[in-house]
Amino acid sequence: MALLEIRNLSVEFDTTSGPFRAVDGVDLTVDPREVVAIVGESGSGKSVAMLALMGLLPDGATVTADRLTFEGEDLQRMPARQRRQVIGRDVSMIFQDPIASLNPCFTAGFQIGEVLQAHLGLGRRQRRERTLELLRLVGMPEPERRIDAFPHQLSGGMSQRVLIAMAIACRPKLLIADEPTTALDVTIQAQILDLLLQLRDETGMALVLITHDMGVVAETAERVVVQYAGQQVERQSVRGLFRAPHHPYTHALLAALPERAEGGRLPAIPGVVPGQGDRPAGCLFNPRCARADALCRSVAPPRLEPALGEALCHHPVREPLA
Amino acid sequence: MFGFLLRRVAFLAPTFVGITVVAFGFIRILPGDPVLLMAGERGLTPERHAELLHQLGFDRPIWQQYLTYLGNLLQGDLGTSIITKNPVLGEFLTLFPATVELSLCAIFLAVALGVPAGVIAAVRRGSLLEQAMMGTALVGYSMPIFWWGLLLIILFSGILHWTPVSGRISLIYFFEPVTGFMLIDALLSGQEGAFGSALSHLILPSIVLATIPLAVIARQTRSAMLEVLGEDYIRTARAKGLSPLRVIGLHALRNALIPVITTIGLQVGVLLAGAILTETIFSWPGVGKWMVDSIFRRDYPAVQGGLLLIAGVVMVVNLVVDLLYGLINPRIRHQ
Ligand SMILES: Nc1ncnc2c1ncn2[C@@H]1O[C@H](COP(=O)(O)OP(=O)(O)OP(=O)(O)O)[C@@H](O)[C@H]1O
Ligand code: SF4
Ligand SMILES: [Mg+2]
Repeated sequence: MALLEIRNLSVEFDTTSGPFRAVDGVDLTVDPREVVAIVGESGSGKSVAMLALMGLLPDGATVTADRLTFEGEDLQRMPARQRRQVIGRDVSMIFQDPIASLNPCFTAGFQIGEVLQAHLGLGRRQRRERTLELLRLVGMPEPERRIDAFPHQLSGGMSQRVLIAMAIACRPKLLIADEPTTALDVTIQAQILDLLLQLRDETGMALVLITHDMGVVAETAERVVVQYAGQQVERQSVRGLFRAPHHPYTHALLAALPERAEGGRLPAIPGVVPGQGDRPAGCLFNPRCARADALCRSVAPPRLEPALGEALCHHPVREPLA
Repeated sequence: MFGFLLRRVAFLAPTFVGITVVAFGFIRILPGDPVLLMAGERGLTPERHAELLHQLGFDRPIWQQYLTYLGNLLQGDLGTSIITKNPVLGEFLTLFPATVELSLCAIFLAVALGVPAGVIAAVRRGSLLEQAMMGTALVGYSMPIFWWGLLLIILFSGILHWTPVSGRISLIYFFEPVTGFMLIDALLSGQEGAFGSALSHLILPSIVLATIPLAVIARQTRSAMLEVLGEDYIRTARAKGLSPLRVIGLHALRNALIPVITTIGLQVGVLLAGAILTETIFSWPGVGKWMVDSIFRRDYPAVQGGLLLIAGVVMVVNLVVDLLYGLINPRIRHQ
């Protein structure tokens, strides 16, 4: 049984200028120990999709899904109380902006200990011991001192380590890391990624990694989902994707990478992800696509077979990258 | 933290001098002659009038009077009431507990109702409940105190006979003040029913005095909570699987309280100003009513001293609030 199964997940925001579909028909299956990457430009709905899974979207969001299960249990029908027991214990998430994600009024130790208290019922002494252990595990320098530090006394990297410690406190089965390294400088980035992979190896947790960074995808993930304007436009193994991207968007992304497969952020391709007001008819990518024709501009593209990267496209790229 | 405290205290000195000028000047700007008012209906010969003015020192140039006043102040002498001939400080200290008791009850009421109301309004954002609560707060905020006090007296004392009209306790009880706080003294006296009587006398004035601070605190809490609830760390708290009560009541409220505490501190000044009216309406024997009476009698030393002492109290309270602010805000505490 898959650890996580998402079928046809959509999220619609109720905005002042009408409904806005930020996530559109997303599927995701994650097995234990697996590392799946989600890539896509800013605004493509990566965070919103995962927040929907966690049940963390604000009230103005409507979440629908044909299937949303964790270990076979339906998260949608689960009572709120039971869902809170899964969230934070078995599934946890670390967020894009580590500094803003810590409560400025409480010490690092308190904020980590809270999870241990809520889910494992540990007493004060045990909490402190386990918190120190976690801080050591995530490579926090001088953990005995930092455990009593307030967030403003921590650097971005240290804050991220605290958040990771918090997220792995109950040995989750699935960790969602939303751009865990964007806010950090390069040396720290590598350390954090190594740490996440090491945790995967040691505890067998699965990892969903949201990133802008194709280099990170190449180094860490086994499978990758490419998201564009709320839709998954391509789903492939990492190796397959770097060899032969089939969706024109992915193709353009990879073809434009300076040293292909070796690293670098998402390269800029002309144009931007369409927002609320300017979603075109037909394929959402058509204004930026070199292959777009009349069909693309009027008819939404079909989902293609796995051999073509399950691409959402009328005219997929069939040749591997040179 | 110590430097922070020192700076604050250093800042108080010039403020205090400013207040002496205002306190000294204010009562003298009002038309009216204390000696004539003292004499009342009987009238006074011009010679006797001049003699009394001279005795009180009111015939000297104003700057001389001010300097004398300041000189006495520096020696801790606030002067003597020209009506009762009692030291101003003594009168103030006798009456002050009554005002403190009323103000504490009012601020307690305002915080105890205002903070939860603001939190609920923020959490139930956009609901009918929120609109009703914030509408009520707006009405409370713009409520003319005098009118509101009379309205409550008419309703609860006049028509319903639920509460007494004035004073601090029913006249059938008598005991020597120990703490000056009627609720505590009533308990200490051991007289049956005394506490209940004191409490029933406190209710209406407290409500009246609490009304404006309550509205201000509710509104401030709501807006602070709305801001905090949108913060990333609230999402983190929810992602940990914590109960909504803990997320809102601990993670959000703890942050929202930082600006709210400042607001509460600022309300102390508003409260003392409100106490002047409230005490007058309810014949509450506190410093507020005393100030009003002294102004009507043109009791220069009493008004000067009273204003100065009240201003001093406000400044001390604000200082305490600043310290408290530093205490609950870790970012300031570690500077
Ligand atoms: N609460 C909200 N109300 C309305 N629209 C929202 C809300 N949250 C997100 N959106 C919109 O949903 C879209 C997807 O946002 P999302 O944060 O998922 O993007 P992302 O792929 O994570 O981008 P980034 O790489 O910048 O993190 C964006 O257009 C965003 O403006
Ligand atoms: S459907 Fe057409 S416009 Fe859309 S990606 Fe494919 S080729 Fe480009
Ligand atoms: Mg995001």
